[in-house]
Amino acid sequence: MSKSAKLVVNAIGRAVPTEVNGKPAIPYKGVGKHKPDGRKLGPRIASCVDFPEDGNKLVSSLREALIKSGLKDGMTISTHHHFRNGDLIAVQIFDIAKELGLKNLVWFPSASFECHAPLTKYLEDGTIHHIEGSMNGQLGRFTSEGKMKGVGVLRSHGGRYQAVQDGEVEIDIAVIAAPTADFFGNANGVDGPAACGLLGFALADSQYADKVIVVTDNLVTFPCVPWQIQGNYVDYVVKVEQVGIPSKIVSGTTEITKSPDRLLLAEMTARFCEHAGIIRDGFSFQAGAGGTALSIGIYFAEMLRAKGMKARFARGGSNKYLVNMLEEGLVDYILDGQTFDLEGVKSMRENPNHVNTSPFTSYNYHGKGNFASMLDVVILGATEVDVNFNANVVTHSDGLLLHGIGGWQNCLFAKCTILPVPLFRDRIPVIRDEVTTLCGPGELIDVIVTERGIAINPLRTDLIDRVKDSGLPVKTIRQLKAEAEKICGVPAKQKFEKEIVAVVKWVDGTVLDTVYKVSS
Amino acid sequence: MSNAGFAGNKGDKDRSDCFVGLELASSGGIRLSVKSKVKSLYGGTIEKLCHEVLAFFDVNNAIVTVEDKGALPFVMAARLEAAIKRVIRTEKEFLPELLKENQYETARDRHRFSRLYLPGNTPSLMINAGIHKPEAVILDLEDAVSVDKKNEARFLVRNTLRALDFMGAERMVRINQLPAGLNDLDCIIPHHVNVVLIPKCEDAHQIHEVNNHILAIYSRMKVRPAVWLMPIVESALGIVNVFEIARAADNVIAVAIGLEDYTADLGVGRTPEGTESLFARSMLVNACKAAGVQPIDSVFSDVGDMEGLRKNVLQSKALGFEGMGCIHPRQIKIIQDGFAPGDQEIDKAKRIVMAFMEATRKGLGVVSLGTKMIDAPVVKRAQRTIDLAISLGTLNKNWKDTFNAEEQA
Repeated sequence: MSKSAKLVVNAIGRAVPTEVNGKPAIPYKGVGKHKPDGRKLGPRIASCVDFPEDGNKLVSSLREALIKSGLKDGMTISTHHHFRNGDLIAVQIFDIAKELGLKNLVWFPSASFECHAPLTKYLEDGTIHHIEGSMNGQLGRFTSEGKMKGVGVLRSHGGRYQAVQDGEVEIDIAVIAAPTADFFGNANGVDGPAACGLLGFALADSQYADKVIVVTDNLVTFPCVPWQIQGNYVDYVVKVEQVGIPSKIVSGTTEITKSPDRLLLAEMTARFCEHAGIIRDGFSFQAGAGGTALSIGIYFAEMLRAKGMKARFARGGSNKYLVNMLEEGLVDYILDGQTFDLEGVKSMRENPNHVNTSPFTSYNYHGKGNFASMLDVVILGATEVDVNFNANVVTHSDGLLLHGIGGWQNCLFAKCTILPVPLFRDRIPVIRDEVTTLCGPGELIDVIVTERGIAINPLRTDLIDRVKDSGLPVKTIRQLKAEAEKICGVPAKQKFEKEIVAVVKWVDGTVLDTVYKVSS
Repeated sequence: MSNAGFAGNKGDKDRSDCFVGLELASSGGIRLSVKSKVKSLYGGTIEKLCHEVLAFFDVNNAIVTVEDKGALPFVMAARLEAAIKRVIRTEKEFLPELLKENQYETARDRHRFSRLYLPGNTPSLMINAGIHKPEAVILDLEDAVSVDKKNEARFLVRNTLRALDFMGAERMVRINQLPAGLNDLDCIIPHHVNVVLIPKCEDAHQIHEVNNHILAIYSRMKVRPAVWLMPIVESALGIVNVFEIARAADNVIAVAIGLEDYTADLGVGRTPEGTESLFARSMLVNACKAAGVQPIDSVFSDVGDMEGLRKNVLQSKALGFEGMGCIHPRQIKIIQDGFAPGDQEIDKAKRIVMAFMEATRKGLGVVSLGTKMIDAPVVKRAQRTIDLAISLGTLNKNWKDTFNAEEQA
């Protein structure tokens, strides 16, 4: 297919293609504007008579399971990322595909990590045509350099669920790495030597994929409870030596920062929430991945303790700090989408108030509501923000794809969205005239907290009012930009090639922005 | 002089810095190669700056390589100048603009609770120092800079004093031990430094030497902003002479103690309880109070131990110290909170001062609070606490207007 398809300007002023990887694509229309009607995609009908009556779906190897599932050229294979950087299965799938001489597969992970860097060789030799999910680290660089055959598609966690429901992505084979499972395919993430907490990101895959393979290293006698994944969706079960490395769940973006500058940002953010009246008895919050955002919990905990208050619920990614708050009684429930460390895994296993959730409950655009918009405040990271509060979370100012969207876009629907970001990183100003890649519309982004001042979106006159006598350093976003440029200099505009390497989808499946090949 | 020079840092962990290599040639013009992580945004301005600095020093033929990790322009200029001055002799200085925000003098008796030490050759630690709001920053040319980096650090500290905004913190520089430290003065006095720290000070003569050198530099300057001195006493001999040091000159505003060197000089270990330095610390506090300058305590070197620091600050305050150095931004708030008067202390002081005023109004010779008699020095101390709280903004200067209402509520 042509990588320089016809472009149109979408509702937020970005030029986007109307066709991606040979399929038609709808340009972004605005927040809440795209509401398709009709019916969701139905999964294929299965009949229980085609499956063993004794419930035993074990096959001898992943290779056999893939062959039995009918793996062939051009298929879409999905995996989940609950092991984060400790995933051992995704690369194996494509090793097998390569041995079988297959071509043009599509990888549909819920996120990618540095451990997936070996897949670049299969992108190079054509085993994999393109990735729909996230392109991090080396995979991001590879994509940005225009080396991937197809166009990458970046989606949020909620957007991934929507894409499956809308039939935008039809999963041929879902491979679900499960820390514990029985021979029927019931599976969970809380038990076993490789416990990773939950399996929510694989839920849609289990329900909608044509074929579902559960891979586990901890096979238990039926029934495996709790069954986070129901065996009734599963075709084959494979027992392997090791399914994932739980110690590698913790990655740089899921650890609390030790940097005094970032801790100050977190503290300022918490103080903003206090003055804005967000922190009150029964409030709810979510902190995204990224050391600064995760550190907010420390300050929220201090404030709640001092005021004798507690939060009703916090949305995870959970880590040990959130777990401590739960155990100390500073929050009633953790509604968790993924566990960021082993304390989170343990808590989910043992504490009934630490509840596992999925993108369906938390983020889904085609659900009858979701949790994300109910949150009082969400604190997220960003690589860039522009003077209209639009933000970027996937590329850096040098244009390279480095991160996935994760739940970031979905979280923007919270009652208050705060991005704590340094004013500049090693001379690179974070506030720009225009973001390199637009991932979130400014109308949903309320507050930018930097170490040198706080900018509130002019649309949020209520917040501006509430903090006006707080003594917090409130400035306009243009003042902050000028301050950074006084220190760093005015950056030149980044140059790109014409070639499209990826598109960024909005939560409703429309195309929000285009990622271009970096200039060599 | 060799015809090749270099300056700066390029280790894996170095950020906001650059490394400059320069080799003079006899022909061929300037052959510049820049490797930079911010090249796509600042490649053009980096090249422009390099050519500007080279031309300023009349370097016309050279091979120049810059390995940049996001150095701000004033940092890069300092690195270029340091590399150039390794290969040519010149009196010229390539000075970045002196920010308006940096042209302030500081009051002799301002608070100096926390002073954040910043290694003089590490730009990444300097750039955001101001956001943590220490009362002062110390650009350190002495112990934090290795011998082979002393020279390039001078240019960096000079440019930092001119071009980096520390957001109102008092700008201090710790020079090297005399006599080498005298040369450091040339690159800081003309650039609006507020306080010079004189390390390992042992007698009043050293203060005079520094002041004489400053006067000589002043004679070449049109505007002469005030420069205060803070000697650091770090030896047994220094402690014996501390009173003379404290009153050696009008511009001495404080004396600090350095306990690592002091305990080494005694030949004893430094303990958490600090019994071994109790004499020295008490002596220093006493001498400072007698001379009317601020006594400043040594740094607390375990940056992970916040509880230990908190205890240390309270002990220090109890001995009479009025401030302390810090080596990590996280220590600042604990030190400030420790030295500032607490709510209970302020409340008590308010009651004492009001009781005194009441007694004076009634013409009573004796001041009493409840059943306790209050002596004049106690009133004086309470008034100092009140003054301190007002200047810190923790107490309204019209507190007396609301005092009775509060008491009755």
